[in-house]
Amino acid sequence: MSVSVAVLAGGLSLERDVSLRSGRRVAEALASRGHRVTRLDLDDGLVTAVATGDFDVAYLALHGKAGEDGTIQGLLDVLGLAYTGPDAVASALAWDKAVFKGLARREGLATPDWIAVSSDAVRNMGAGQTLDRVVARLGLPLVVKPSQGGAAMGVRVLHAAAELGPALMTGFSYHDHVVVERFVAGTEIAVSILDHEPLPAVEIVPRDGAAYDFAARYTHGATDFYVPARLGDAVLARAQDLALRAYDLAGCRHVARVDMIVDTDGQPWLLELDTCPGMTETSLLPVAANSAGLAFPDLVDRIVRLAVTAHAPV
Amino acid sequence: MPSIELDPNLSRYSQRTRGMKASEIRALFAVATRPEIVSLAGGMPYTAALDYAAVDEVTTGVIRDHGPIALQYGSGQGLPALRERLVEVMAAEGVRATGDDLVVTTGGQQALDLIAKLFCDPGDIVLAEGPSYVGALGAFASYEAEVRHVEMDGEGLLPAALEDQLTRLDAEGRRAKFLYTVPNHQNPGGVSLSLERRHEVLAVAQRHDLLVVEDNPYGLLDFKGETRPALRALDPDRVLYVGTLSKIFSPGIRVGWVAAPESIRDKLVQLKEGADLCQSNLTQFIAERWLGTQPWLRQVDEYRRVYRERCEALLTELSAELPAGCSWTDPTGGFFVWLTLPEGLDSGELLAKAISARVAYVPGRGFFADGNGSRHLRLSFCFPQPDEIREGVRRLAEVLHAEVELVRALYGGREQDRGAAGTPLPLHRER
Ligand SMILES: Nc1ncnc2c1ncn2[C@@H]1O[C@H](COP(=O)(O)OP(=O)(O)OP(=O)(O)O)[C@@H](O)[C@H]1O
Repeated sequence: MSVSVAVLAGGLSLERDVSLRSGRRVAEALASRGHRVTRLDLDDGLVTAVATGDFDVAYLALHGKAGEDGTIQGLLDVLGLAYTGPDAVASALAWDKAVFKGLARREGLATPDWIAVSSDAVRNMGAGQTLDRVVARLGLPLVVKPSQGGAAMGVRVLHAAAELGPALMTGFSYHDHVVVERFVAGTEIAVSILDHEPLPAVEIVPRDGAAYDFAARYTHGATDFYVPARLGDAVLARAQDLALRAYDLAGCRHVARVDMIVDTDGQPWLLELDTCPGMTETSLLPVAANSAGLAFPDLVDRIVRLAVTAHAPV
Repeated sequence: MPSIELDPNLSRYSQRTRGMKASEIRALFAVATRPEIVSLAGGMPYTAALDYAAVDEVTTGVIRDHGPIALQYGSGQGLPALRERLVEVMAAEGVRATGDDLVVTTGGQQALDLIAKLFCDPGDIVLAEGPSYVGALGAFASYEAEVRHVEMDGEGLLPAALEDQLTRLDAEGRRAKFLYTVPNHQNPGGVSLSLERRHEVLAVAQRHDLLVVEDNPYGLLDFKGETRPALRALDPDRVLYVGTLSKIFSPGIRVGWVAAPESIRDKLVQLKEGADLCQSNLTQFIAERWLGTQPWLRQVDEYRRVYRERCEALLTELSAELPAGCSWTDPTGGFFVWLTLPEGLDSGELLAKAISARVAYVPGRGFFADGNGSRHLRLSFCFPQPDEIREGVRRLAEVLHAEVELVRALYGGREQDRGAAGTPLPLHRER
């Protein structure tokens, strides 16, 4: 079955560059599997391009706001074009870290304790005076991250209370809401889910003890990956279970990736659910799929088929 | 269990490329190229200001009259006829040289690369203004040189700071390989080294037997049409002079050059041959014909007029819109204004917000090799139209006002004694 695919990548998001890399790679792989591929950027010509393009399906290789928060998904729903990945509602739920962590905790999923801080509260309500309380409740070290966004942009780890102010300022540069989270020491892993099936957990070990920051993510060789993660079967089973529950909690379909840290007691802690996982050469989902015997072109082909089949009129 | 090998060549890369990392800042600039965003970031000359009928005549003429030679290999030192023309370009700024002193390079950037290759072993020290041209810092870093910055102010490099650095190095028993400086309309500072300081800098260099690399891409783009004596004109034996046609004609032809004493020149020719055998003959012929048959100085006047108008638009809008506590340089010419932010603001951390507000600039840290520069940023006025520049400044101003307000609210006026920025996820530190 060969289909006509619009690969959507780019957009105005801060992760445009990463998205373009994902898109390029996905487009090549789909073409190599015999699909007809058209690459589209997100701009004011998008609706016309989709309406006149005679596509069977859109592959969303978008990272960052409009691509991951449900915006594009909602638009494609209106246009009646099938697309890959979770739908608009699932995307919107997972996109905001404070929202999804809240949902997760309600459902009894382990996620590190956190406090959300909004720039509005700082600017207009004196929230700057509460920083000591934040530190008192969560302890140190802390992780500060924009509530929305990815690629570890604007994420800071801090070891002293005095660093909280500047870290909040950094976070606010990326989004008006910031999550201040308890730091979990342990092993960072990612479990990708493909059509409700967990793929092997990928263990992430940045070289030289560095953080898994932007450079560690997108520089070849800056990070070592172990698949499956070197954690023992019981822990891996717990991690996969947590990942599946997170996937279902948001109501995901096709594919998603769940990031977590397994602490020294073997307890996995949910960091976030990514509804549009990176597809670059150093991204985690392709690494996991590959170790499960699914080469990159097979992976994207599978995802496209899932999207087309789900959309087929019964 | 071994880790997954995503890059089969990983063990093959050279030691000196270890520092090459993906950078968040560079990724953010991928957004800045979209038309929705006013970019005050790039340093692209406004080539639309060229007389394209004249360019057409020149390029057609080159193919018609010199086709087989223009499309052939050339000599490592560069086309002799072009070197004679480049001597005339230097003369327009009062620099004496002969065609034989020159090596033609692929823009000024290759000249910097070859110079670094010639002089720098890993760990060697190079002095440069702080802030300094990011491309030069990159070239020096690629040969693993260590850059130490010399402070500057509105009149350029501080001779006393240079003396200090050299004395400190003497005390460490170390020696700087050379001083790299952009004395005219500096990138990113926009300021020029005053005449008095030119003499002082050279006097310091003489006392410490320091070689000077003078990079002069913007010299002819003085807003008042003034020229300042080149360091090379004042002390020809001590100064390597790097020139380029990128800002006075076209960056697309990639023609730059170095003027150097004979011993250095001979080595540069060999390095040039090793790098790419020779400069493109085609673009050398085009450059030669442009300089030989067209009123190229009139074109420079036109560029100057365009840039002066844009600079004024930028400065006027900055004065009208920016919050108190910001300050900026008053460019003598060239492409750039260097902006200092109020206490508590960090230009690197702010870039994401600026890009979301659809304006881009270059954060100051990129212009320092030592992590400094976080309270500064570079604005360029060379490429956008005056109206776009004004709109860009308004967007930037809105971001800055909001940020100042937020910082004040967060620290309640105690921003001086706030802690250092959180360290352990140190994103986008250049190299
Ligand atoms: N609570 C925590 N404890 C320890 N480290 C953390 C914690 N939260 C985040 N980190 C570190 O910071 C990195 C970035 O955090 P996070 O995954 O939340 O950001 P993101 O920008 O959403 O990333 P992504 O691109 O995966 O969507 C993580 O990969 C991890 O290394």
